[in-house]
Amino acid sequence: MTGLAQLTRHRLFWPIVALVVLLLASTLKSHTFLEITVRDGHLYGAPIDIVRRSSITLLVALGMTLVIATRGIDLSVGAVMAIAGAVTLTQIASSPDPGAISTVALAMLTGLAVCLAIGVFNGFLVAVLGIQPIIATLVIMTAGRGIAMLITGGQITTVTSAPYKTLASGYWLGLPVAALIAGFFFAAVAFVTRRTALGVLIESVGINPTASRLAGVRARTIIWTVYVLCALFACIAGFLQSSNIMAADSNNAGLFIELDAILAVVIGGTSLAGGKFSLTGTLVGVLVLTTLTLSITVLGIPVNAVSLFKALVVIVVCLLQSPVVQHKLRARRRQAAPVPVEVPA
Amino acid sequence: MVSKKFSMRAAAAGVAVLALGLSACSSGGDDDNTADPGSSSSEGSGGGDTISVGFSQVGSESGWRAANTKSIQESLTKENGFDLKFSDAQQKQENQIQAIRSYIAQGVKYIAFSPVVETGWDAVLQEAKAANIPVILTDRAVDTQDKTLYKTFIGSDFVEEGKRIGEWVNENVATEPINVVELQGTTGSAPAIDRKQGFEDATKSNTNVKIIASQTGDFTRDGGKKVMEGFLQANPDIDLVYAHNDDMALGAIEAIEAAGKVPGKDIKIVSIDGVKDGMQALADGKINYIVECNPLLGPDLADIIKTLDSGGTVEPRIVTHDDAFDQAAAKEALPTRQY
Repeated sequence: MTGLAQLTRHRLFWPIVALVVLLLASTLKSHTFLEITVRDGHLYGAPIDIVRRSSITLLVALGMTLVIATRGIDLSVGAVMAIAGAVTLTQIASSPDPGAISTVALAMLTGLAVCLAIGVFNGFLVAVLGIQPIIATLVIMTAGRGIAMLITGGQITTVTSAPYKTLASGYWLGLPVAALIAGFFFAAVAFVTRRTALGVLIESVGINPTASRLAGVRARTIIWTVYVLCALFACIAGFLQSSNIMAADSNNAGLFIELDAILAVVIGGTSLAGGKFSLTGTLVGVLVLTTLTLSITVLGIPVNAVSLFKALVVIVVCLLQSPVVQHKLRARRRQAAPVPVEVPA
Repeated sequence: MVSKKFSMRAAAAGVAVLALGLSACSSGGDDDNTADPGSSSSEGSGGGDTISVGFSQVGSESGWRAANTKSIQESLTKENGFDLKFSDAQQKQENQIQAIRSYIAQGVKYIAFSPVVETGWDAVLQEAKAANIPVILTDRAVDTQDKTLYKTFIGSDFVEEGKRIGEWVNENVATEPINVVELQGTTGSAPAIDRKQGFEDATKSNTNVKIIASQTGDFTRDGGKKVMEGFLQANPDIDLVYAHNDDMALGAIEAIEAAGKVPGKDIKIVSIDGVKDGMQALADGKINYIVECNPLLGPDLADIIKTLDSGGTVEPRIVTHDDAFDQAAAKEALPTRQY
């Protein structure tokens, strides 16, 4: 009983329940949903689709988690994705040999350089000039798509390039390359923040920047770094997204992904007020959102009800996670026993 | 913690940001020699015997729209006797209303525009009517009781497009029972509603056609791919994909190939629009049939204005000529396509 109570109190309990419910519902509707088969020498099936699809949101949410932990927010990630795709694909399309690995690598390096410059710019506005993050990153959020449109000349740039296509559609050792890329960066960030002091420093900056600075933490450098990292991850997400459709769609690439990423971070239990963060939580949050999107199609939710269905699932998860609701639920369960008067949180 | 001075500065920065964003967007939108009504107002209502026309475009959201803009700008030129004032509304109704008001203030002879949404135009169109400026709608219609507010509406018939797809499916694919999945456009948009309607009307009497799933892919490639992946998981026996535009069809091709099937053979694809990438995929055999939605409205618009200007009358509804292509026709047409 107490074991169960402790389990339900864990902040990831309800998101994981939501994930399991969505998977179960989809399996009931389509019996082969959880089946993984080998097709054309690689793994194929809905779980693989979910993992592959999650990689884009996971990369963005990874950077967002770090930014949010410093009490910031980055609204520019979607626009950075659009710019990454626009820069890279325009360069590949205009090269004489779009299928060469060197062409692709060079184009991706250019894309990375542009995105890093944006990250440095965002970090400069926030860390040095002290502009509030939501306003500072709004610059690129609004201007970024315009920049991407300028680069592509207002068109959707389409390329045919086998190496670039491998990023999102390729498989290595039977696993999707996109998931391996996202997994690598996830592991790297987890290692650096949990095995070195960086994680603690980020949290301390998020909890109290002034006190951290007085205690000798270089708050400005740390804040600057997380914005650069966030732009870097958004850039790689932009590569995956444009590789997925082999086109740079400046209007739609990463549209509203900042909201999905923030939602995933919040579902994962990281507070928007900064401080403690959970990378595992973010991963679970991303999986919930991706599974939700896929199960909408599998369950055959009517088109007009899609937004409502999504909102309902998210609000139920958030409600069940809320400390006040959890407290009320526990109080009801203990109703019989005499309970000392508690002040609601 | 945050001083008043600081928040003032932050607010000022925010305003600067928004201004920056808007200017960047507009420069991204009209990269072909366009001018907003403000900058071209110095020319007044045009000199000599050119006809001054104010055109308010929706925005530059797709390749289709870019081709539409180009066609209008290339048709209503000085050489052809027009003085075109062009503005891009960036998908905002208030921008369009503002542009139309400024055209009225400048005293142009004709106003043409693609309404971004269907409703809310009565007031500004009344103003144009009071100023005796004829209004021509292109591509999209407005929803109003008073049909005297505009001279004519020129554009494609979306229901007809869906119907033609349905008829082709009836004749060429649905000779045996088939399972159809539908990739719908943006929920609630006129082309999505009408193209769905047209296809259903055409295939309703054919018992071989069974629409087993229908979901929105938002007219985008990524949306089309995402939804198609779900369809492939949920339904093992899909015979035909009906996409409301080429971009979603292109996304679906990616998903079908990833599932180890051959698009155009194992799963047939039909779609609407006829943009360059779509036509290429059709010529490559990955799409089976495309009904065109013609964006080249410029020449027709020029004809209408000339007719009106010489005192003639035009039909209140002019349907543009849309071609349809199968794979052989696409191969032939591809080299000379303008968009």
